[in-house]
Amino acid sequence: MPNMSLKKNEMPSQSPEIRRNNYEEVALGYTEELALDEAARCLNCKNMPCVSGCPVNIKIPHFIKKIAEGDYEGAYKIIADSSSLPAVCGRVCPQETQCEAKCVRGIKGDPVGIGRLERFAADWHNAHSDALPEKPEPNGHRVAVVGSGPSGLTCAGDLAKAGYDVTVFEALHTPGGVLVYGIPEFRLPKAIVKKEISTLRALGVKIETNMVIGKSLTIDELLEDGFEAVYVGTGAGLPRFMGIPGENLCGVYSANEFLTRVNLMKAYREDSDTPIAHAKNVAVVGGGNVAMDAARCAKRLGAETVSIVYRRSEAELPARAEEVEHAKEEGIEFHLLSNPTEILADENGNCAGITCVKMGLGEPDESGRRRPVVIEGSEFRLDADCVIMAIGTSPNPLIRSTTEGLECAKWGGIIADEDGLTSRDRVYAGGDAVTGAATVILAMGAGKTAAAAIDRKIMGNA
Amino acid sequence: MYEIVSKTVLNPTVIRMDIKAPWVARKAEAGQFIILRVDEEGERIPLTVADYDREAGTVTIIFQKVGATTDKLAEKEAGEFIADFAGPLGRPTETEGLKKVAVVGGGVGCAIAYPVAKKLHEQGCEVHSVVGFRSKDLVILEDDFRRVSDRFVPMSDDGSWGEKGLVTNALRALIESGEQYDEVIAIGPVIMMKFVCQLTKEFGVKTVVSMNPIMIDGTGMCGGCRLTVGGKMKFACVDGPDFDGHEVDFDEAMKRGAMYKPFEKHARECNLLKMGVN
Repeated sequence: MPNMSLKKNEMPSQSPEIRRNNYEEVALGYTEELALDEAARCLNCKNMPCVSGCPVNIKIPHFIKKIAEGDYEGAYKIIADSSSLPAVCGRVCPQETQCEAKCVRGIKGDPVGIGRLERFAADWHNAHSDALPEKPEPNGHRVAVVGSGPSGLTCAGDLAKAGYDVTVFEALHTPGGVLVYGIPEFRLPKAIVKKEISTLRALGVKIETNMVIGKSLTIDELLEDGFEAVYVGTGAGLPRFMGIPGENLCGVYSANEFLTRVNLMKAYREDSDTPIAHAKNVAVVGGGNVAMDAARCAKRLGAETVSIVYRRSEAELPARAEEVEHAKEEGIEFHLLSNPTEILADENGNCAGITCVKMGLGEPDESGRRRPVVIEGSEFRLDADCVIMAIGTSPNPLIRSTTEGLECAKWGGIIADEDGLTSRDRVYAGGDAVTGAATVILAMGAGKTAAAAIDRKIMGNA
Repeated sequence: MYEIVSKTVLNPTVIRMDIKAPWVARKAEAGQFIILRVDEEGERIPLTVADYDREAGTVTIIFQKVGATTDKLAEKEAGEFIADFAGPLGRPTETEGLKKVAVVGGGVGCAIAYPVAKKLHEQGCEVHSVVGFRSKDLVILEDDFRRVSDRFVPMSDDGSWGEKGLVTNALRALIESGEQYDEVIAIGPVIMMKFVCQLTKEFGVKTVVSMNPIMIDGTGMCGGCRLTVGGKMKFACVDGPDFDGHEVDFDEAMKRGAMYKPFEKHARECNLLKMGVN
């Protein structure tokens, strides 16, 4: 008999008072008991609407059934068939707008906690099984992947499983892309990313760090070097700023820089060689997941006040509801319908505050969201000795400017068709480099689609 | 891991190392930079390419001990390894078509000015090198500069080497004596580049400077290296590091460059304690 409770089992979490002082993971994961209880809420629908909501088409009811039967390793295997990064997705996917949004149980009550169950199965596997996957029979074909973020790793994993000899080129000193430089430890422990990457290495994927494609080597050189196809998953690029006065003052960071210092370079640790501002009052401009991550990191670095400054209202916040909730619980203040007009300096040229104006909501714009309009005479000042701009990125120019014939959109993103194929033969692209800033799972979906297309292309030629 | 193939102490605080990094050596050009980490816990620091040997697969870096990381790097000996070495990054210095150039180098910036002077010399350009140090015991690359320069003007703050005075005094004298340059290329402390640019603006001589701001990734992601050039925001890692010196906001660059001075001082003291110096 299914469990007909309308409520999803709550995720056990560290209390906000404790966690805002540490970098340990916030969500602790389901216990076996909770997982069994939650798995029993799945009706195992024949037409599996949830699967259509998953960008990598994980066979969701099948893995949940395995959990319900107590076969956790079996559940993990079903997830791993479709996803190269199960423990990552279980943590950072916006399930509420994907699989769980399609769940029949969600029509009346909460949907099944698919993400939490996915995480349970992946964590169970990581804790109980040292078995690495077997390296598949090589098929003799070589593919290069540029970037070791979620998109590149997914593409590499799928191709390696099919027997390809895959080399991933990473510009930084550590693989993982946004999973290591962007998403904080308390949301995605780096040990988990490491474990997922060692699984890929066991499948035969080679990872070359410190290789900046477009500089150390070009796409054309990779193709000349015998790689039969190249997948470009280089992610987001240069940080955007607002173009207001004061953005180059000391104490003003892009979210990319702030998060990279904290996460990749471990600047939150006392013994880190990489410095970061330990500010008293921090203002984070923007309302996405990146803004929430930056704000919560700033709090953990010891800031007394941390404010999110966002020009629309709460309903339009692009961040996941859960992240907004967590941020609020940790004492992050929200200045909604507020837009900065200037960053102010103290007498030494350090950032001291921001001037904002209040916004009202006008007619819907092209995104369908109501357009924020300035309310005249509504200026106010926020004290801030650190300002973090989290308003998005524009594409990195390194590959675009060194790959002849690679067509890009006006805003700089690489143009790719539904298979991920670019204007260049045998060159595929996906993830943020194509779409602009989006989610980990969409990037993974693009990597998966491209891997299938690359396989068809190379096998068709063979 | 990247091997330190050779190490030379150029003066009490400046060290030259050849690092085995074939992928970087294959592509490196004058004006570009690399990012390195000394060890697994280290910070990422940018250093400009001082020279390269494509056949040997080595890249030369010349650095001054200015903080915790460069102190740590200076402790390493030939035959030892550093954790990371990525590049070449940034755009090469544009030298095409230049017939007569004044290369102005100050202090350890001469390590970057020298490969530019060499490249210009090799393409048949007339090179006048104006090179300044605080005093004689800090001089580096003198013979190298002399070899590639049609005129070599040494300057020192205390008069212990060449003429006493600033590089701007010497450059002014050259321009006022009637030397006409297609371009001045100035590389050194930000304050020096600022004053060189003030001078050349007066005479209407195009001037290129090489900026070396704080960076993390060096590949166009963090935005830490942003500068104001011609009133616009530029990223030294992908748009530079060379910029039109008459357009750069040097005062802002100096402030940003000093952002972590207190941290750096603290880190350095901790390091010295750890090393047992003191």
